[in-house]
Amino acid sequence: MQGLLPYLINGVSVGGQYALIAIGYTLVYGILRLINFAHGDVFMVAGLIMVYSSATMPIYLSIPLVLVLTVILGFTIERAAYKPLRTAPRMSVMISAIGVSYLIQNLAFYFTGGLPQPVTNPIPWISDNVTLFGESTKRVTLVTPFLTVALVFALVYLINNTKIGMGMRAVSKDFETAQLMGIRINSVISMTFVIGSFLAAVGAMLYFTNYPSVAITSGGMPGLKAFVAAVFGGIGSIPGAVVGAFLIGISEELIKGLGYSTFSDAFTFALLIVVLCVKPTGLFGEKVTDKV
Amino acid sequence: MKKLFALILALAMVLALAACGNSGTSGSSSGSSAPAETSSSGGAAGGTVKIGVFEPQTGDNGAGGKQEILGMQYANYVQPTVEIGGATYNVELEIVDNRTTAENGPSAAAELMNRGVSVVLGSYGSGVSMAGGAVFSEAGVPAIGVTCTNPQVTDTDVYFRICFTDPFQGTILANYAYKTLGVTTAYTLAMLGSDYDQGLVYYFSEAFKGLGGTVISEDFPEGTANFVSYINNAKAAGAGAIFAPVSTNYAQLIIEAASAQSFDGGLLGSDTWDNNMVAASTVGKDVDVVVSTFYQEGADPTFDANIKAWINSNADAKTNNGGNDIVSAVSVMGYDAYFVALEALKAAGSTEPSAVLQALPGVKYEGVSGVIEFLDSGDADRDIAYIKAANTTTGDWDFVTIQQVG
Repeated sequence: MQGLLPYLINGVSVGGQYALIAIGYTLVYGILRLINFAHGDVFMVAGLIMVYSSATMPIYLSIPLVLVLTVILGFTIERAAYKPLRTAPRMSVMISAIGVSYLIQNLAFYFTGGLPQPVTNPIPWISDNVTLFGESTKRVTLVTPFLTVALVFALVYLINNTKIGMGMRAVSKDFETAQLMGIRINSVISMTFVIGSFLAAVGAMLYFTNYPSVAITSGGMPGLKAFVAAVFGGIGSIPGAVVGAFLIGISEELIKGLGYSTFSDAFTFALLIVVLCVKPTGLFGEKVTDKV
Repeated sequence: MKKLFALILALAMVLALAACGNSGTSGSSSGSSAPAETSSSGGAAGGTVKIGVFEPQTGDNGAGGKQEILGMQYANYVQPTVEIGGATYNVELEIVDNRTTAENGPSAAAELMNRGVSVVLGSYGSGVSMAGGAVFSEAGVPAIGVTCTNPQVTDTDVYFRICFTDPFQGTILANYAYKTLGVTTAYTLAMLGSDYDQGLVYYFSEAFKGLGGTVISEDFPEGTANFVSYINNAKAAGAGAIFAPVSTNYAQLIIEAASAQSFDGGLLGSDTWDNNMVAASTVGKDVDVVVSTFYQEGADPTFDANIKAWINSNADAKTNNGGNDIVSAVSVMGYDAYFVALEALKAAGSTEPSAVLQALPGVKYEGVSGVIEFLDSGDADRDIAYIKAANTTTGDWDFVTIQQVG
């Protein structure tokens, strides 16, 4: 390995992209105790919408469109596939999530004809090349971590200082009691999915600017790794998901830099097993107290 | 309310299924609709002979597979009938999608056998061809590999091929990198588990080291999108060229990453890179992309003009060609493969697969891509490859040279 810098820059950027997806997993888990397997596919669909919209309309229309459509998709998934199962055993909801994931993939397969779609009109400015300390990279690589951190701060503010945030905290503490206290849990849960999908859409725009090809399986690997990041940081905890994502992103790129590129994915999943064995609650996870 | 909702969901599912069903059949119907246009002339009407098309239409090689099918469909449009044993047969293409990967190969191959084809054309990639080869061999149906270059493909007794092989292609590219580009350190990148990638990297490395160069090899797992660190590794190793014989999809991502990291050496690709979309993805980027391939547009102007007219008159064909009318080398190979199959059918004098299998080794055909003759191994006797470079201003391929071994 010659210079650490290019690997670090790239690792931080990859971490930022994972973080935006990981928050979606962790928020939903915190509130519904559900691992939303369809989240990675929502991310992929956001990428596809970006491919099609950026090819046909100007940038100031296509970016809002990607955000709005992805949010609508996330909202619809929750209303159609999870809400009817609110009283069903948790396992049913989980299976429903897996079903949604495959449904989205197959619909995307139908629309794209199964071919990877290249991003022909990437978002200007952030897709330009820049030079930092003599190392060339895309501007999006530098923008990603800052944007991620800014969005996380906004989210934490929202959760701690607004009414809907208070509702989310209450629902995550105790589902039934919150309902009895007059919190409209359906709107709180919908809001969670809206936020998660919004961040996934932002993540998709950054990710597919850097790696401009959207295949129907594109959501799979980033989704899985973001999930590992969420577990690593302690699922249910937002700072945990962000820290976990950055750590995983940086480690992956450093491993590639050390010449063990074959094992970079294996590392991430080995980490998942180790974390689950040694510290199941993750880095920042709260202890679960079972109420009798 | 709940019931209504469940009903809607169920309906949505049925619709989705119906939609999938349509997409599955559209490939074969577009292939079989062409021959009906012209009626047979002269000789007794002999019915229909089926030629199987074993190609990927989805997955990593989907784009290339579609272009290869395009060549066959055009050939079928040009020559929809064949004289077999004094009777005129209509030729029907039976197209199945082998979905790029080896694990889907056997079932797609079995599907072709069920449809009763006399001879099979394909596939685009090597791994899936080898997987299908076992099925063809068991059924005794001959197969003509179109652009599958891994030497092991023709190890199966029924497999022939009309393209050059990887030991040849690897050597050509190694020679080009070492002698023409003057590179002494090369970095190779291949996908884990891909027979094609790994085979070609092996032959390239052997030849390059034989010339006195140094090779650094790395692999990436399937589904990788982030090639930035691989490019950084190549830069750190001081490589003058990156040789990545990967699928079209990865080629585009590698070009993107190389441009972002301003890698100033050459990017060497194999025949898979010879795709309009790869050339288009270099537009406006500071990269040198050089590929070896089977044909260069312009080598046969009449053929080019005719196939372009056909592509432009057919909206589906144009979409499958990536939205333009650039003649891809794999389309030309598909075209030649179709005519080799017709020659074999004529020589066999029967539509029986076993007769075609016996006739194939003796076939000699002068195709658009050159003279096609089979060696004892079942490989074509080829000794040249076209080298072309991506034009970063127009997004087309520019002809560089015709390279011979040695």
